[in-house]
Amino acid sequence: MSALSLAHEPVTGIRHGKLGMWIFLASEVMFFSGFFTAFIILRNANLSVFAHGATELNWPLAALNTVNLIVSSLTMAMSILSLENGDKGKFQLYLGITFLCACGFLVIKYIEYTTKFSHGIYPGTSSFFGLYFTMTGFHAIHVIGGMIPIGWMLAKSFTKRGYADTGRVEILGLYWHFVDLVWIFLFPVLYLIF
Amino acid sequence: MEAAVLTHEHGHAVAHAADHTHEHHEPSFIRKYLFSTDHKTIAKQFLTTSMFFLLVGGAFALFIRWQLAYPGEPIPIIGSWLPDSLVSNGAIQPGFYTQLVTMHATVMIFFVIIPMATGAFANFCIPLMIGTDDMAMPIVNMMSFWLVPVAGLTIMAGFFVEGGTAAAGWTNYPPLSASGMGHTLWVIGVFLVGFSSILGGMNYVTTVLNKRAKGMRMFDMPMTVWALFITAILQTLGTPVLAADAVLLFVDQVFHAGIFIPENLLTPNGGLFPNGANVGTGGGGQPVLWQHLFWFYSHPAVYIMILPIMGVVSDVLATFARKPIYGYKAMVFAIMAIAFLGFVVWGHHMFLSGMSPLLGTTFMLSTIVIAVPSSIKIFNWLGTIWRGDIHFTTPNLNALGFISTFVCGGLSGVFMAIGPIDVYIHDTYFIVAHIHYVLFGGALFGIFAGIYYWFPKMFGKMYNESMGKFHFVTTFITFNLCFFPMHMIGVGGHMRRIHDPYVYEFLKPFQPINQFITIFAILLGFAQLILIFNLIWSVKFGRPAPRNPWRANTLEWAAPAHPGHGNFDRDITVYRGPYEFASPESKRDYLPQWIRPAHVEQETVAKH
Repeated sequence: MSALSLAHEPVTGIRHGKLGMWIFLASEVMFFSGFFTAFIILRNANLSVFAHGATELNWPLAALNTVNLIVSSLTMAMSILSLENGDKGKFQLYLGITFLCACGFLVIKYIEYTTKFSHGIYPGTSSFFGLYFTMTGFHAIHVIGGMIPIGWMLAKSFTKRGYADTGRVEILGLYWHFVDLVWIFLFPVLYLIF
Repeated sequence: MEAAVLTHEHGHAVAHAADHTHEHHEPSFIRKYLFSTDHKTIAKQFLTTSMFFLLVGGAFALFIRWQLAYPGEPIPIIGSWLPDSLVSNGAIQPGFYTQLVTMHATVMIFFVIIPMATGAFANFCIPLMIGTDDMAMPIVNMMSFWLVPVAGLTIMAGFFVEGGTAAAGWTNYPPLSASGMGHTLWVIGVFLVGFSSILGGMNYVTTVLNKRAKGMRMFDMPMTVWALFITAILQTLGTPVLAADAVLLFVDQVFHAGIFIPENLLTPNGGLFPNGANVGTGGGGQPVLWQHLFWFYSHPAVYIMILPIMGVVSDVLATFARKPIYGYKAMVFAIMAIAFLGFVVWGHHMFLSGMSPLLGTTFMLSTIVIAVPSSIKIFNWLGTIWRGDIHFTTPNLNALGFISTFVCGGLSGVFMAIGPIDVYIHDTYFIVAHIHYVLFGGALFGIFAGIYYWFPKMFGKMYNESMGKFHFVTTFITFNLCFFPMHMIGVGGHMRRIHDPYVYEFLKPFQPINQFITIFAILLGFAQLILIFNLIWSVKFGRPAPRNPWRANTLEWAAPAHPGHGNFDRDITVYRGPYEFASPESKRDYLPQWIRPAHVEQETVAKH
């Protein structure tokens, strides 16, 4: 029997992983929507608690983190372009900056969390902080979830064989921009609305 | 070649030839049966897991029935084996009863019907029916399966922790569900099984969009694939909301954040939480918020459970009536309409939870509108079998059983959709009757139809037809005798979850009816052993299956009788729709999708 050609090109012309990622991101939107819905309902029920809670948060640090993530999104996009142009050095540089930005984000998050704990503020303090720790916590888990493949690709690119799967980096980029976007919503909702 | 492959008698020989090509890289036992990425193996894993859970959930149901028929009397045989924390002198204690009610529904919904419909059938049917070798993302597929047993064990572990397993009903409304280790395990388990559902869903959508065989347009897909595709969209968009809801309940359980627990909630022992922690310092929580988020998923989940089955039943009915499905496109659009409406009707579960009457009316109207696409489907199924050449095989009997019970369940659903009537029958046995008519009578009969229909392709053997028919007849009779009387005691005021209904004088006359129901529930439970025996016996001793035993048109029957890794032993190109029965083009009464138009005439001559 000769080889079969059942596994042909994707019908839509979009790689399986990329299409799957878009659908996964739609699912993620619904996941975070659940939290945002809870936030809106509880905020309307407990306006004073929520306004007071937001004043306890460190908005300048969060603003720094916002810049941090936006830069990482930019470098992520540039690393994809560099890889497409076959510029290995720039790919490593930009992906490296993305990874460092993610590390920086987590460090700032860690500082924020430990400061809260030292002030005796925990998820059980109020419904505001319950939501604050849940939403930012799940966002941080997503950041870590993105850092693992970024680190893996970066490490792979330093090996002899290198890394050249532009498609995969692009799929990772989609995910990374989404994680960035979630933060763009979290930042004003949690930190800036008093 | 084309003709030889189609001839049934040669099916087995070709299957061996196909296996031969894959001999060179025989995977190890673990890769082949445990961590397999082959969609057919994963489908079988889903099937066996949910069959196991079907027995577990069924056993829970029988305990419940025993208590309602003979309250306070020891459970025969098993009663003496259970620890004193659950039973006293072998009779079910109230706490254990509520755990049983909760776990029966949890197991049946999350670990039987959903994995069976969107795990076993989606995995088995999608790649074969669209003519491809495997799923788009096989490793994601494997993960999607392995999360299910992990989640199942997590929830079952609740029976062994302090305070017992979850006991707030499968809807797990806080504040009742906001404390206790069992509820925390329930929440974690539901999160995991939801993650499995999301991973499965994204894989199915990608596979259907990207991996269809050459020439197959969306409207050349069989109804099963259409239904599974739309269900997969529901899974990916609905399940994450339940996951978010579960996470928030977890935060309430562990940190007492007061997201769902109302302010200063007091219980007879002074506070909700045994360690004295009190909620309320940080503003009150909203218990109804849980219900909104929960039903935003769990109403679409009803369609996750029934839509794939509607697809399966459409294929089975068309094949055994030897007629094209009546109104194919209308059927597809009806599924889409049901799926869309499914997202905007969740409030009808909450008419009694406190809701603006205006909002209630909106939910009432949108719910009643669902009857329109549902009726289109029923009408078209009847149109399909109307004056058909009906073959009463086991799959077809089960499909016909599905229609009759689903109509009954659908009609009682309209009662509940009407707010003023729902106020009266809410949380009574009328609801229990309804849910079992749609989920047992509907989904499970359809699942049986699908299992028998694809059994030959799944295991390469034929099931035993007489045993199959016996299983159907016993199940159908006992099912109706068991669940129909529930409508009556429900209208009579029998509550849905009550340990001993006879503490109420007005429910005492219902005890004989409850005993009647229990007798048939036990028979119904034991009738399922016929199915399990038939499947196991047939896998071992069944007659080898031909390639296309049902003379069906869809692509899975172009694959070898027992397809190996990679599924097909020939290239697949699709030339026509999936329901070309009694086509004037062909002298036979069926014209498969994969036959080249030039071969149609020759094919028919060769056959006769």
